[in-house]
Amino acid sequence: MVDVLKKSIWVFHLNSGSCNGCDIEVLDVFTPRPDFERFGVKLVPSPRHADAIALTGPITRAMVPKVVEAIKALPEPKIVLAIGACACGGGIWHDTYVVVGGIDEFYKILKEEYGMDPPTTIYIPGCPAKPEALIYAAGILADIIKQKQRRREDVIREEDEEKRKIETIIREEIGSRHFLPKIIVKRGPREGSV
Amino acid sequence: MTLATIFYAIGFPLLGIILGLLYKGIDRKISARMTSRIGPPIRQPFWDVGKLLIKETVVPENAVAWIFNVMPIVALASSMTLLLYIPFGIIKAPLEGYGDLVVILYLLTLQALAMAIGGFSAGSPFASVGAQREMILMMSYEMPLAIVITGFALIYKSFSLSTIALTPVWTLVGPVGWIGLLLLLAALLIVTPAELAKLPFDIAEAETEIAEGLLSEYSGRNLALFYLSDAVRSFAMVALEVALFFPFTFSQGFGLQFSEPVSYIIEGLWFLAKVLILYILAVTLVRTSFARFRIEQASRLFWTYVNIMALLGLILVALEVM
Ligand code: SF4
Repeated sequence: MVDVLKKSIWVFHLNSGSCNGCDIEVLDVFTPRPDFERFGVKLVPSPRHADAIALTGPITRAMVPKVVEAIKALPEPKIVLAIGACACGGGIWHDTYVVVGGIDEFYKILKEEYGMDPPTTIYIPGCPAKPEALIYAAGILADIIKQKQRRREDVIREEDEEKRKIETIIREEIGSRHFLPKIIVKRGPREGSV
Repeated sequence: MTLATIFYAIGFPLLGIILGLLYKGIDRKISARMTSRIGPPIRQPFWDVGKLLIKETVVPENAVAWIFNVMPIVALASSMTLLLYIPFGIIKAPLEGYGDLVVILYLLTLQALAMAIGGFSAGSPFASVGAQREMILMMSYEMPLAIVITGFALIYKSFSLSTIALTPVWTLVGPVGWIGLLLLLAALLIVTPAELAKLPFDIAEAETEIAEGLLSEYSGRNLALFYLSDAVRSFAMVALEVALFFPFTFSQGFGLQFSEPVSYIIEGLWFLAKVLILYILAVTLVRTSFARFRIEQASRLFWTYVNIMALLGLILVALEVM
């Protein structure tokens, strides 16, 4: 029994403030040389038909509600392909004030403000992501290869959450001028004492 | 309720779906080869439908839910019924004697109408625009289609498809009639992509401008039903053209005779091969080589040029017959 979900992937292309470099790459993988369609990947114009979102760009603040809408419009099960350095982690805009700065930061907003769990994500770095990288992503989607990536926990357990909060407070305190350092008096034999 | 009825009720729809999807796969493969791509495997449409059936079905908030959900079923049912009226070579049509070309005309319209109503009920601006375009396009291509069918009725003095499939139409008329028939055939071939919503007439489902138009809100099971109905209708429409214009049987064409069961199989395969060739010529080649028309261009094309062509063909046929 073939897993049909992996054999036929329809992609909705969503530009969230990209410089157009990655968008052109997304389109040119459907041209004769890379030919994405042979993996059963098809570009569809409506998010309702799609199984995956090809997200390019660092997600500008103005785009956040629209990206959320698009992700909501996708019927389950859904995947996000973060295409390009920008979408993976902000790229050259990572600390610019107008952008959220990559899909991970966006997922934090998604979790905190919209209460949605982040969908499965495939990271395709590169500036712009090469067609070869996109074919690699198609391989990951079709379960031919595994993504080389360190495992990371997106779900934070409650006690860890508490601990982390306290740690953050302490760290902030240390950073501020009002923090009075606890003086640890070390007692021991001093040089030259009796 | 005989065994044959059960076979027609269950076997035929299944056969229709399998053939429709298979032809769609071949169509995609050839289209890819024409643009020097490798293209998806031929069984890709089966996976597409399977995937769509697994996926979640979303009904938009501001849609009229029951119309929205019923229309895909109506579309698929009308395509299936259409298939039941078409004789497969020498194998008789299951619903032979219960309707004729006029019913086929209605069934062809019904599917497009179901899609348009589904689009209107989706409550999305894209879908509404697509549905309006579909209606305009329907009004444009129905006329040449009706003229072609009138021409056949003139020649055979009957609307029944089995009478038509029995004797090839080319043997009934002289040289003037041939020119008329060729014009009618050309008109029908131009109508085909519009009827099947394929490029260059997929104006109602324009991906780049109105996000798949009237299908834009459909997802999951509903979309799968529309996908299937599209596949079945493509097959049925081309099969109809073959039955109308190229009903030559294998034994007639090559002067060979076979015993009973073998001849059925060979004629069935021969018919499928004919349908495949016409499918590639009328749908695949056209869809790969042309860009999309604008709606008013398409409307003008059908109302003036194709209409004039079809009328001229009708007049020539009428001159010959009367
Ligand atoms: S990763 Fe590079 S090419 Fe892609 S959107 Fe960002 S800046 Fe442009």
